[in-house]
Amino acid sequence: MEAFTAHTGRAVPLRRSNVDTDQIIPAHWLKKVTRDGFEDGLFEAWRKDADFVLNRPERAGASVLVAGPDFGTGSSREHAVWALQNFGFKTVISSRFADIFRGNSLKNGLLTVVLDQRVVDTLWELTEADPTAEITVDLAKRQVLAEGITADFELDENARWRLMNGLDDISLTLQNEADIATYEAARPSHKPRTIQV
Amino acid sequence: MGRTLAEKVWDDHVVRRAEGEPDLLFIDLHLLHEVTSPQAFDGLRQAGRPVRRLDLTIATEDHNTPTLDIDKPIADPVSRVQLETLRKNCADFGVRLHPLGDVEQGVVHVVGPQLGLTQPGTTVVCGDSHTSTHGAFGALAFGIGTSQVEHVLATQTLPLARPKTMAITVEGELPATVTAKDLILAIIARIGTGGGQGYILEYRGPAIEKLSMEARMTICNMSIEAGARAGMIAPDRTTFDYLQGRDHAPVGEEWDAAVAYWKTLRTDDDAVFDAEVVIDATELAPFVTWGTNPGQGAPLSADVPDPASYEDASERHAAEKALEYMGLTAGQRLRDIRVDTVFVGSCTNGRIEDLRNAASILDGRKVADGVRMLVVPGSVRVALQAVEEGLDKVFTAAGAEWRHAGCSMCLGMNPDQLAPGERSASTSNRNFEGRQGKGGRTHLVSPQVAAATAVLGHLASPADLSDALTSAGVR
Repeated sequence: MEAFTAHTGRAVPLRRSNVDTDQIIPAHWLKKVTRDGFEDGLFEAWRKDADFVLNRPERAGASVLVAGPDFGTGSSREHAVWALQNFGFKTVISSRFADIFRGNSLKNGLLTVVLDQRVVDTLWELTEADPTAEITVDLAKRQVLAEGITADFELDENARWRLMNGLDDISLTLQNEADIATYEAARPSHKPRTIQV
Repeated sequence: MGRTLAEKVWDDHVVRRAEGEPDLLFIDLHLLHEVTSPQAFDGLRQAGRPVRRLDLTIATEDHNTPTLDIDKPIADPVSRVQLETLRKNCADFGVRLHPLGDVEQGVVHVVGPQLGLTQPGTTVVCGDSHTSTHGAFGALAFGIGTSQVEHVLATQTLPLARPKTMAITVEGELPATVTAKDLILAIIARIGTGGGQGYILEYRGPAIEKLSMEARMTICNMSIEAGARAGMIAPDRTTFDYLQGRDHAPVGEEWDAAVAYWKTLRTDDDAVFDAEVVIDATELAPFVTWGTNPGQGAPLSADVPDPASYEDASERHAAEKALEYMGLTAGQRLRDIRVDTVFVGSCTNGRIEDLRNAASILDGRKVADGVRMLVVPGSVRVALQAVEEGLDKVFTAAGAEWRHAGCSMCLGMNPDQLAPGERSASTSNRNFEGRQGKGGRTHLVSPQVAAATAVLGHLASPADLSDALTSAGVR
């Protein structure tokens, strides 16, 4: 996973709540067996509308998505995170994320930042009025900065450490392999098994 | 202080707990399907890692599989590649697989319970958000992303922060006309699509205790639609009776030991939930959705709501967008909404009891002219049981299409899709824009409402049928 320390970029203000992962990447894209090539599927249905914010020429190259509440609800598809990253987004800001989406994003180095809806409103107003306005997400300081805005955000220390160092979860877990083996040895024998080994 | 059901199951699976770290949780059962696993197996290959516990892992094919002509090669080349990838991955790594054509194939969340693999007090994960279904057995079950699928394959554990707990207490008794689907839709409308975010839900109370296992699975299945990764119901005699004798249920002394443990899996009287919601079952009625998220629902007897009636600006905006997408007008009667397609199936309502319920309404009646009805059993076993009971004949005699098992039109990854602008009454779980096909419009309903809707051609409950019969002289 690519390490995340800080990122500065222009924004896409997405004034919609309850953006489910079916909207982020429709199901027919899920047939792919790779982690890349999902950029054209991102918000596919909405992008058919020329006025959709992602289609506006002034938003080209933007890398910070500022979304409404309950972003990433629904299906667990990690393809939603890959699609956002393949398109060029480095971070998503919202007042509330769905749990599974949030977990998936942090595992892939897409930083999801929770801010109060009033701050999100201010970021929308700023970046709608001035598409060149930049937003900085500083993970070291756990702060979002933009013109006239300094907002702290929370992220637990462990998740922050993993992100800032781009650490692989599986390698970290396998450092505790002995604990897993100990647990396995003590499991009750009535627990189900799919095959006899 | 006492502990909740969720806390008990959680505590029993902690492999490692350390200050400042998420708990490392052991996973008892890992279910795989073709859509969210290929990149995870690739990751294992790149790192040269094996699957740690093949005996706790099982795969089936469901999302992509066709429900017609299953004996022929899969027409869509991209779907075919994905299914072939799963078959190769399972063969290479030694994972038990039930592919299309196998008698144990079906929707992953129907297969686990019917094999008896889903048991009380287990942790169950799958790269699918509807893994919450298995919570009906008092299992802690939740959907995970592909990175986590790889993590479980490699380590049989997951590092997880412990969620809060929420009690959803359903007091009283459900009226005879009200189903588990109506109840869960009403719960989601009440707490909202984000209401359960960060919580494990526990459904409890007299109305829940009376429910069958199938109905409990319908309830837990849609926990994710309220934002909760997991929903649970304490195991009881109903649970034990369902499990006893199934392929992977313990036997003999093991059964006794298991039941003794399972009986401890109840929230202690002095346990405290972080949040509690109380629902009065006696006030409920058949429930349908009118919008584009599962929280946008109302009793069937209501009208399409006026977005202006929402105080919250974001909800108002969402309702406006939803009505526009759904082609509905505020104030229109929900019962006047005409549908083109009726879908009975999915991990929400594709089990034998659901098919019996739909068939009991359709028996001796006809699907309305111009309406297409698809009945897709949740698994091959469900299909075989339905055939044994003659339900397939009831469906086909009514003019419905009896299909092979799979996810089908719930998410339209296979050819079973709505055309743009088409409207469905669907027993599935999500009414998102385009969920059942680009431009398709979905109303979530129970199997009974689906069947009555198929007969009348507009959203309806079985109670509407008797009136229609008298006035139109049908039958």
